[in-house]
Amino acid sequence: MTAQETGTVSAGRGEPLVVLDGVQKHFGQLHALKDIELTVKRGEVVVVIGPSGSGKSTLCRTINRLETIDEGTITLDGKDLPQEGKALAALRAEVGMVFQSFNLFAHKTILENVTLGPIKVRGMGKAEAEKKARELLDRVGVGHQAEKYPAQLSGGQQQRVAIARALAMEPKVMLFDEPTSALDPEMIKEVLDVMVDLAQQGMTMVVVTHEMGFARTAADRVVFMADGAIVEENTPEEFFTNPRSDRAKDFLGKILKH
Amino acid sequence: MDAVFSNFDEYLKAFGLTIGLFVVSGIASLVLGTILAVLRVGPVSILNKAASLYVTLFRNTPLLMIFVFIFIAMPVLGYNFKVVENIEIAGYNVSAFFFRACLALTLYTSAFVCEAMRSGVNAVPLGQAEAGRAIGLTFSQSMTLVILPQATRAVIPPMTSVMIALAKNTSVAAAFGLAEATATMRGFTNDNADERIGIFLFFAIGYIVVVEVISLSSYLVERKVRVAR
Repeated sequence: MTAQETGTVSAGRGEPLVVLDGVQKHFGQLHALKDIELTVKRGEVVVVIGPSGSGKSTLCRTINRLETIDEGTITLDGKDLPQEGKALAALRAEVGMVFQSFNLFAHKTILENVTLGPIKVRGMGKAEAEKKARELLDRVGVGHQAEKYPAQLSGGQQQRVAIARALAMEPKVMLFDEPTSALDPEMIKEVLDVMVDLAQQGMTMVVVTHEMGFARTAADRVVFMADGAIVEENTPEEFFTNPRSDRAKDFLGKILKH
Repeated sequence: MDAVFSNFDEYLKAFGLTIGLFVVSGIASLVLGTILAVLRVGPVSILNKAASLYVTLFRNTPLLMIFVFIFIAMPVLGYNFKVVENIEIAGYNVSAFFFRACLALTLYTSAFVCEAMRSGVNAVPLGQAEAGRAIGLTFSQSMTLVILPQATRAVIPPMTSVMIALAKNTSVAAAFGLAEATATMRGFTNDNADERIGIFLFFAIGYIVVVEVISLSSYLVERKVRVAR
């Protein structure tokens, strides 16, 4: 993390950064998000868990408007999410996103993947963007792969590059949409290590995951979703040892047994 | 055979014109067709509809009818494209006939280019566009920097077929006063009725060579730009 970034993060720590208010979303007949109220404070790590189809990924994707919403408002740093066009593109540049399937640009090298945003969106010079990209790639441990293409890297390496690509835009908040669900068990750790490191440095993060270990170690707050609604919100300690709702007890009973 | 050999310069000139029609309308339809494809997948509804109306109109109309419209109906309506004859490129004047033929071929072929291009765009995983948008690229940036470069690779085989069809479709211009290969072949056979089979074979070989060059270059391009996934 650059000095400038940590500066802004610590300066405003605790203020609301992402606010979802009365958010509703339908996919045809399916009510995918039901009256979602969620505030993510600056520097906070919020982990969203829940069974498949509970709307966690949809929730995550609405924050940078990859999914539109039917009702309600979402604000980022006090500003409403723009509808379409240049303003929306500018907003997305402020929100880093890491996908389950990595989505690295297949026709570009690792280095080009990381420099594309800074050069084309931020207007940064090529030399400066490459210097910064190499620093970020070193930080996530794939610096020596910079000249290769995505398909030549393992899944864990690709996901770390995807994190570096998002960080290169110096985002205000990072969204992780099941970042380890497509990975082998061995590779999950290397990605989670990078994420824990990021959390400790004060990055605001919204993480959709099935990794309960990560939720326990890195989360400030756990949000439990089921059937499109937020059922329970608590500290990880409280949530895992003493879940209040039956739905959460049932879910935890199933996943923590093995 | 003598008919071809003794007029070999005419034979070459005829295929020169065929290639000229192919190259000019090929480039024009690649450009127009790509723009149409971008409009069809783009976020603006009215442009989606306009592009898809264009494709419906020109893909579903026989090429011969488009030629008839441009060569016969348009001059009646006052559009004879004579102005292009004032344009000089590399010492040659563009003939209105050549321009009209290229226009008809481009209008027709660009509809097919659009659909081939669109299939290429659809072959690029959705996540690529989402990743582009997620780092703040605008629609046109994510098209030109992320989607189209990858779509182009997927699109080479179907696009080659479209281009081969175009190369052969230039023969329709024979009926509209252009002395390209097919018109010249007809002239040769009219003058030398006893050598019809030989003349026909020579012109067929000419077309085969042109088409083989197209498919060979597409093969080379395909090998060069192959991308691993």
